[in-house]
Amino acid sequence: MTETTLTNKGFYTDSPRSGILGWLLSTDHKRIGIMYLCCILAMFIVAACLGLLIRLELIAPGVTIMKAQTYNATFTVHGIIMIFLFIIPSVPAAFGNLVLPIQLGARDVSFPKVNLLSWYCYVIGAILAVVAIFSGDGAPDTGWTFYVPFSTQTHTNVSLAALAAFMLGMSSILTGINFVTTIHRLRAKGMTWGRLPMFVWSLYATAWIQVLATPMLGITLVLVILERTFGAGLFDAARGGDPVMFQHLFWIYSHPAVYIMILPGMGVISEIIPTFARKPLFGYWAVAVSSLTIAFAGSLVWAHHMYTSGMSDFAILVFSFLTFIVAIPSAIKVFNWITTLYKGSIQLAPPMLFALGFIFNFSIGGLGGLALGAAAADIHLHDTYFVVGHFHYTMFGGLGFAFFAALHYWLPKYTGRMYNHRIAVIAFALLFVGFNVTYMAMQAVGIQGMPRRYYDYLPEFTTLNVVATLGSWVMAIGLIMMFYNLWRGVRKGAVVGNNPWGAATLEWQIPSPPPMDNFGPEDPVVTKGPYDFKGVVADEY
Amino acid sequence: MSIEHRDDTGARFGMWLFLYTEVILFSGLFILYAVSLARHPHEFAEASHKLNIYFGTVNTLVLLTSSLTIALAITAIQRNKIRQTIILSVITIVLAIVFLINKYFEWSAEIGHGIYPGSEHLAEMGPGITVFFNLYYFTAGLHGLHVLIGSSLIGVVAILVAKGKVTSDRYTLLENSALYWHLVDLVWIFLFPLYYLIL
Repeated sequence: MTETTLTNKGFYTDSPRSGILGWLLSTDHKRIGIMYLCCILAMFIVAACLGLLIRLELIAPGVTIMKAQTYNATFTVHGIIMIFLFIIPSVPAAFGNLVLPIQLGARDVSFPKVNLLSWYCYVIGAILAVVAIFSGDGAPDTGWTFYVPFSTQTHTNVSLAALAAFMLGMSSILTGINFVTTIHRLRAKGMTWGRLPMFVWSLYATAWIQVLATPMLGITLVLVILERTFGAGLFDAARGGDPVMFQHLFWIYSHPAVYIMILPGMGVISEIIPTFARKPLFGYWAVAVSSLTIAFAGSLVWAHHMYTSGMSDFAILVFSFLTFIVAIPSAIKVFNWITTLYKGSIQLAPPMLFALGFIFNFSIGGLGGLALGAAAADIHLHDTYFVVGHFHYTMFGGLGFAFFAALHYWLPKYTGRMYNHRIAVIAFALLFVGFNVTYMAMQAVGIQGMPRRYYDYLPEFTTLNVVATLGSWVMAIGLIMMFYNLWRGVRKGAVVGNNPWGAATLEWQIPSPPPMDNFGPEDPVVTKGPYDFKGVVADEY
Repeated sequence: MSIEHRDDTGARFGMWLFLYTEVILFSGLFILYAVSLARHPHEFAEASHKLNIYFGTVNTLVLLTSSLTIALAITAIQRNKIRQTIILSVITIVLAIVFLINKYFEWSAEIGHGIYPGSEHLAEMGPGITVFFNLYYFTAGLHGLHVLIGSSLIGVVAILVAKGKVTSDRYTLLENSALYWHLVDLVWIFLFPLYYLIL
């Protein structure tokens, strides 16, 4: 098909209000999803640029392009934006909103107004974060973890940044409440729990963590702000407080939060692998339950961030053991994806390549996590670049790649246009190679003993740092290429039909882009499972 | 199912989820209390005796009564007695204000004695007492903020009842506000013994 004009513009045109207010006041889940997506992408680009600056600074020992204080602020802001403004909302808030209700056969989420409110909380949080960078006595320099006692003593703008993170936490909680309720209450007729797409299952597990863990971050950040305002000494050992208690409270949220970050990505991969292998997902219930297991077990392992902070050996043993438990459901997922591929009719389309990249990167990141979870190894690796490498392997190589996979998989659905596959494949290759070069070098230099967050390093670490910086440039080229290609696809790409990939979940049975009410006058009735490809044919484009 | 569909069970379900998040918000402070109490049991007891138990007791009675009145308000709206619903809601709000005024006098007395977070006088009394009062102010402060939010919410719903937007067959909003109010009450039911009574 070579037509170049979209005849059906779906939810982009049929809105009760027209113009910009039709977006800013819209309670439609697709419009809110698109607004989230735009903000999240903008934030990602800002934080990625900061990341590139950090790498550039570290290309040689000593001062390269910035002073030490600027460097501290740069990696702090990179972390805060990437974690709170990109990774946590990326897949759940953007693609969750776009996809989840349609996959359930619903016309919207349970609380559309609360959904809009959560977007506004996100925007307010984003604005506060930006103001925190450019106002007061300088950008926050504590690292994204806001560790006391430094965070209660530094004169930089930590209070405002903590308030920003608090607002973003609110936004995350509201999304979580909305999704849990929606999944319980708004499944279409015939959409039994055993027919839920895996993306829904993973968002379900994610939403529970968002609801149950995020308030703990809220209270921790409030206490930091109160500490800074009153100087009460709640985390000051000399005045009866305890700085280690801050770390406990912080990680009780922030460790489960990494599963808020990774689980939705796993859900995306569980959708893409069956579609492009044209086989039902192997072990449906094993993959579904493993999401819930990760959510549950992941809530009990927070103190593995604190082996060197002062804990009893027995506590370290327990937390180390529990940490290893989390590897089991994660491995179940990886093995089930691989088994789904076995004897499948594999089509290496761009979303599939990103999904395979995810499995590769995530496996490395996950196994590195075991090295950190083992108490003995952790004493050596703690606070080295190995941690930075590991974290980016799971978060960027994992969730980041899953997010890119989701962009390549669902953007044609929600814009009605296809991007250029050849450029997408080249961009993927650059990203994949650049990514592995950058972060493998970081892991290696970490094992050699280079501490993280330091502004300067010993000359013997120079080679690997140069390698990592070169890798970051390859990645940057890949990112530019990918975004350019997607942007061009959205504007001028070939028009696609309802189901360009031949996927079997509900969103592919309605027009691209979907109409405002998703399903027309009749409510959908589900009669088969999400990966039942019998009779499903991909539309040509 | 249409876009303007209505799901009262779903709305209540969502509210309960939200209440869980509130419980966890406060639980951070309760964890700090537990750990600090284990470290400074004697200082905690000493500090606790400095609190005025009469203020605490009156406030407990006030909050319990307000929970009763808002529960009665729900029964009233179920029986379509709109005037009664509004009166009971207003009584709840008045009780909330009484609670806050009482709190104001209690805190002014303590601040007048030089006991507040970050004060020199508190620092002289030693670490155990300092951490007790820090937690006391932060926890009760957060609770006071919730009293303010909860009573404002009930005020808004009372206006909606008066306008006929919340009615005898559409009262989930009032029910959810009442649930929130009961949570505020419940938190106090734990705060009161922990800070005033048991030590």
